[in-house]
Formats: sequence, structure tokens, C-alpha cells
Amino acid sequence: MHPIVKLLVQRIALGLVLLLAVSAVIFLGVEALPGDTAQAILGQSATPQALENLRAQMGLDQPALTRYFNWLGGVMTGDLGKALTNGVDISQAIGQRLGNTLFLAGCAAVIAVPLALILGAVAARYAGRWPDKVISAVTLTTISLPEFVAAYFVIYLLTILFPVFQPVAMVFPGMSFWAKLQAVALPVIVLVMVVLAHMMRMTRAAILNVMQSAYIETAELKGLSPMTIIWKHAFPNAIAPVISVVAINLAYLVVGVVVVEVVFSYNALGQYLVDHVTKRDLPVVQAVGLIFAAVYIGLNIIADVTAIIANPRLRHPK
Amino acid sequence: MTSEKPLLEIRGLVIEATSYPPGEAPKNVTLVHGVDVTLQKGRVLGLIGESGAGKSTIGLSSMAYGRGGVRLTGGEILLNGREIREARPATLRQIRGREVTYVSQSAAASFNPSKRLMDQVIETSLSHKIMSKPEAEARAVMLFRKLGLPSPETIGSRYPHQVSGGQLQRVMTAMALCPKPDLVIFDEPTTALDVTTQIDVLAAIKEAIQDTGVAALYITHDLAVVAQVADEIMVLRHGKKVELGTTDQIINRPAEDYTKALVSVRGIEHDEKPEAPPLLRIDCVSARYAGTTFDVLKNISIGLPAGQTLAVVGESGSGKSTLARAITGLLPPTKGRIHFDGRQLSADFAGRSRDDLRQIQMIYQMADTAMNPRQTVGTIIGRPLEFYFGLKGSARDKRVQELLDQIEMGRGFADRYPAELSGGQKQRVCIARALAAKPKLIICDEVTSALDPLVADGILKLLLELQAETQMAYLFITHDLATVRAIADKIAVMYKGEVRRYGQKSDVLAPPFDDYTDLLLSSVPEMRLGWLEEVIAHRKANGTTSGNTV
Repeated sequence: MHPIVKLLVQRIALGLVLLLAVSAVIFLGVEALPGDTAQAILGQSATPQALENLRAQMGLDQPALTRYFNWLGGVMTGDLGKALTNGVDISQAIGQRLGNTLFLAGCAAVIAVPLALILGAVAARYAGRWPDKVISAVTLTTISLPEFVAAYFVIYLLTILFPVFQPVAMVFPGMSFWAKLQAVALPVIVLVMVVLAHMMRMTRAAILNVMQSAYIETAELKGLSPMTIIWKHAFPNAIAPVISVVAINLAYLVVGVVVVEVVFSYNALGQYLVDHVTKRDLPVVQAVGLIFAAVYIGLNIIADVTAIIANPRLRHPK
Repeated sequence: MTSEKPLLEIRGLVIEATSYPPGEAPKNVTLVHGVDVTLQKGRVLGLIGESGAGKSTIGLSSMAYGRGGVRLTGGEILLNGREIREARPATLRQIRGREVTYVSQSAAASFNPSKRLMDQVIETSLSHKIMSKPEAEARAVMLFRKLGLPSPETIGSRYPHQVSGGQLQRVMTAMALCPKPDLVIFDEPTTALDVTTQIDVLAAIKEAIQDTGVAALYITHDLAVVAQVADEIMVLRHGKKVELGTTDQIINRPAEDYTKALVSVRGIEHDEKPEAPPLLRIDCVSARYAGTTFDVLKNISIGLPAGQTLAVVGESGSGKSTLARAITGLLPPTKGRIHFDGRQLSADFAGRSRDDLRQIQMIYQMADTAMNPRQTVGTIIGRPLEFYFGLKGSARDKRVQELLDQIEMGRGFADRYPAELSGGQKQRVCIARALAAKPKLIICDEVTSALDPLVADGILKLLLELQAETQMAYLFITHDLATVRAIADKIAVMYKGEVRRYGQKSDVLAPPFDDYTDLLLSSVPEMRLGWLEEVIAHRKANGTTSGNTV
């Protein structure tokens, strides 16, 4: 077997094992909370008899291990259970919102990742000179702002001072793609501001590190232009650390943006999770937690795999 | 020739850099003090000198390039009649890779690991719009063939890590010649190669220079090598010109004392000692690294008497250093026995007594990395005194001073840090540290390979003197046959994990030879004109192929 295939299979298998372990941790975490779902539904004043009846009805009287595997079996077949508060099927409720989350994250990523790479390369090209300093100062400022401050700043700037966008990012089924894009413009701008600096700094550092190599001197002595040297000779060898930082930021765009969702009233997974945490709706918390974990692990596997494929020594063994 | 305008004319070149000594303010140092170089079209000028002589710095200045913050601060550099020292970056980009190209010492590091060889070889020809892509590729294949690379049609589609060091050095030569430059700078192009590989690469480079009519600056520290390719040689020292002359004049009739010293280096004479019962006896030792299935040492049997030197010679990968690891117990043999001083040693160092460990000491090639940079020389030498003899305080300091005297380093060195010492001094400190344990055997692993010839000579003399005083035995690992001739009593020639030839020096170095020893001995450059042609012609006539590692 080609060593690269072997490595890929290993990474993916490892990811699956990790996901299984995470599911157990989530289940145990929820289990460790005082009270259970029956208690949460019936409230503090429930009679012991009523609790027992409900537990038997919901299968909560079974041993934890059995319940874990029941839950896991449900997850495998796409059945995440029903929400306690309104009895709605969780899979359905999540499906719609997950789409919104991925749409927002995708839009932000499509802008932020190329922009970060380009800015990082430019900063590396002019390291220590004014373009580098301006890029660093601006991106570090935007990452230092709390998201809600950045969000209100952007709202003030682009809806009040220059009214080009609407302040609320409402999307609903049946909207055209273009209308959706317009709706998410403001949150996308805020998210780009938040994730840009990290990826830009890593790109800059990785390129500068590679710029010390002897083969960069070879390229300089070939009379190539500085930007050609960076793109053709430095960047392909600097890609591995950049990819892992990109993956972390993409994961953040999916799972960590609840504040931005709330500010712009964007109906997505983060808000859904927070709503149900406050209502102690444990099946929903469990389900969303598992999805977030899967996103993290999945993106990191993709990052690992890309870094492996980018390495010519692994791609073309002796 | 002389009436023609020179290709390269450097007048009064001054090169400076900023140095950052530890614990002091940065200061300006002058690397090159007003050197003149004149090179006519199609001629080869050798630049020779020790490290720090400014050879590479001067070579790169012909592309107006200063490596790592080096500044070309004075003088004139005329390339094809045009002054380039103060030229703008855009102008320099036009010159670099078009009029002048560069071949570095370490081709392995100088190729981009993530791009195919062909793309890198023809890159300059395309970026400077010298020729079309098919033309450039055809020329590259032609050069690969001329340089004797295997499968010239397809080798370009490989990545750098997929070809050997000797091949990579030739590909780099092809890369330099591809855009049809006027001048190629060869910066120690064969120094990192094994001696049997070096001769082939050297012959290939020489032929390529002759066939393409390109001019070249050939930079090296090895006078015997440069004598084979250069028309003229300039000897440099401390950034100044010592002597300039034709190759014949420099090697046969040197005028300056320094040049004479370079030519006559290896002036050490050492009479072979007679056979004696061995102090170290290795019987049928085989060894392999964990997780591998082949032996890196195969059935090795050698012996070394007290007070004598056994030189272990061979190319990289022949198992020389592995043998040292087996003797010290770092890599326990899978088979065979090691006897020392009449007793059998435990195979694993963990099973040896502290006194057994004390008896066998090691000195390494890279003195730099063999010392803790945050310890003073006194601490470094004092450590074995404490560890083996329990010496403390003033008793220890006194002994440290005695050892420093023995290695001919004066007072005051005990308080210095390794970074404050020269390469030769560092290696002396490592010798003192080994000496401190009062061993019966010192294993010297390529201890002079990283040093300049004259400094290396000093180290070898010191080792011989110490041997005469203390009757220590040396197991001397080296790839340098000149060193072997200078100091050995016995020789073991290793090849692919086996001892191919073993015995007293006079026997090993006398014909009839086995094929490998013959190849090895005949590959050592000799300091005379026409040596390279003779060897190549001889090998072609005999049908012997070149080193099979190439």
C-alpha cells in the first residue's frame, strides 16, 4: 500500500475513535449534572411517583451504559431524540440551523482565508517595514476587540453612518442565494475581522521561517522577484503549520460564534444551543455538543491529511 | 586574450558585516580588505583559503550578493564592463541567473524540496525569457547527459529527496549551466561528497566547463581539487590576497610562506609501530539497528594494541561510526564479542562498570555540539574528573589547568564559554575532556573533518604527542586517507558494513589491492596537474566504473 494511503487511513480511523471517546465524555458530563431529564420536565415540586413513572416511560430507569448505547445507536441512524421543551424532533430542528451556521461560516471563510494568506505573504515580504507594521497593527486591533463591540461598530458604520446593509441578519427558507448573501454581510465582516489576525500571523511566521533556507538563497541568486520567491519557493514549504491554524479558525467559525448570531438575530446552531442550555434541555445539549465535536475533529483530520499530502517526501517516497 | 575586455573585474573590494559577540555591543568587522580579481571569458580562477578567508564572500560579490547581512561597502565590481556593486535590485535580478549563476556546497539544501528537479533547473531560463520551455527542457536533458546522470530523460521529473547527494550536485551544475551564463561560481561543489563520488563529479564539472566555454570561479579549501580544474589560483587569507598565479606556479613554485604551508600540509611523519598483542579485540561482531532487518556491521574482526592507532576508513554509510557505537556499548552487537584489556566487555554500556566506561572515551566530529554551550571550559573538563575520580574544589581546578597545559591552551581558558573559542580550540577542549578520564582507548570520530587543513594538522600532532606521553590507543575513524597515512599504525578499510582490508599500515597501503581499496586510494586527489585526466583515462581503459554510490 502506498504509505500515504496508510497514513490517511490511520488518521481517519483515529478521528473516529476520538469522536467515539468524545461522545462518551459528553454523555458522562450530562449524566453528572444534578437531576435528570424527568426532573427537568416535571420541575422541583414533582412527586416521587410521577418522577418514577416518567423515568420508566422515557427509559431513564435503565443503567447508564444501556442508555449510552441507545443514544449512540440513535445518533448513528440520524435520530437525535426529541427536545423536552417543545417535543420537536432534534434532527429536524438542527438540520435547518446547521445549514445557516455552515452558510455563515463558509462565507466568512471564503473571504478570511485567502485574505489572511495574502496579507501574511505581503507582511513577510516587507518584514519589519511599514506594510508589515500596518497589517499587523490593523489585524491585531480587530482581534483584540470583543466580538460584540466589533459587531456594534460595524452596525453603526454600515447601517447608520453609511446605510448600505440592514442590521438584522434574518434568513428563512426560500430566500434567494443573493438575498441571503446580503443578509449575512455584516456578521461575515465581523467574523473575518475576528479570525484574520491569527491566520495572518501564522502565515507570516511560517514564511519567514522558510525564508532562512538555503534554497531561498538559490532562488534569490536566480534573480527571481521577491513575490515569486515567496509564492513559488517559500509558501509551498510553509503550508503545514498554516493549515492547522486555518483548521482551528474554521472550526471556531462553526462552533464559537454565538455572540455574533445573537447580535444580528441570526438563527443558527449557537443560539439554538444557548437557548436550550438555559432551559436545561439536555438531549439538545448532548446532540449539539456532539455535532460541534464532530466539526472540530473533522476539520483537524482534513488539516492533517492536507499537510501530509503537501509533503513531497510522503507523496513521492524514494 | 589580454587585449580583450575582462568578463569580471573587481577592484579594491571591501566587504563588511556586523558581528554580535556574546555579551558585547554589536561591532563592525571587515571581511574582505581591498581584493582585486580579474577573470577573462572562458577562464577558470580558483579561490582558495581556510574558512574565514573570504572566498565565498568574494565569489558571491560577483553577483553583488551579500549573504546574511554582509555589505559590499567599497571598491568596484565590473561585470561585462558594467558596475554592479551599487546597482538597483531590479538590475541585479537581470544579472543573477542570466549572466552569473551559482553552485553551492550543499545541493541537498539548495533545492526546493517541494518542486520537481526539472522545474527548478529550467526556472531561470524561463523567468529571464532566455529560451522557450521545450528548448530549456531539451538543454537540461543534454546537460544531464553530459554530466553523466543516470536516465537523463526522466531524472528531471524526480524530487530532490529522490536522488543521491552526488547526483544532486550534478543537477545543480546543470541548473547553473542551463541559462547559458557567462560565469558560474562553484562554491565548494564537491566538499560534502565522498572521495569516490567527488572524483566523478569533479570530472563532470571540468568537462562541462570545457564544453560550454563558460568562465568559472572555483572556490574550495582543497588545493589538490582546485589544481585539477583551475587555470589560475588566488590564495586568500583573512580577507586579503596572499598570492595569485597560474595553477602550475602555485602548486609547484609557491612564493609566499602561507602558500608553501598549504601545499606542504600533512607534513606529519609517523613511523608505524610493530605488531603487538591487542588491547581491544573485536571478534566477529555484527550489529543492526532496532526494527531493521539487515546488518549494518557484518562479522567484523579487528584488534588494536595499546599505544597504537587503528584507522578505520570508508565512505559515509560504510559503518565506521556504527562500529564506534558497538564498541562503546551504545548499540549492543547482535553477534560476536568485544574484549578489552584481557576481559570481555558487556555488550550493553549499561552493564559495564564505571571503570570500564572510563577506559574508553570518545571525541566527536562536531566539537560545537559535543559541548554544553552554557558551561565554561573548566566545568566541561572538570566533569569527568568529578565523575570518575571524585575530584572537587582546588584539586579539580589544578587538574583542569594541567589538562589545559597538555592541550597547549594557556591560562584563562577555564573561564571561557565554547562560543568564545575557535574551531580548533573547541576540538582541543574535547580532547582534554577525554584525557581527563585517563582512558586507555580514545575513539576519534572524524575529529579533524570539520577543521581547516592547518588547524587539523595541529590537532593530529597534538594527538600523536599525547599518545607518546600516555600510551593511549586511538581508534581513528575518518574518510580522509591523507590523515590515515599521517598517523595510523594499522588500517581497516570498511565498505557496506564489512571490513574489506585490514592489517599493518604498510601492508594495507601496498599493492596488490582489492577493487574497492584501489578505487578508494586512486580517488584521493593528488596535488599535481593532470592527475584527474590520468585517473579517468586509466579507469576508462580498465573498464572500471566509478564509485557505485553515485
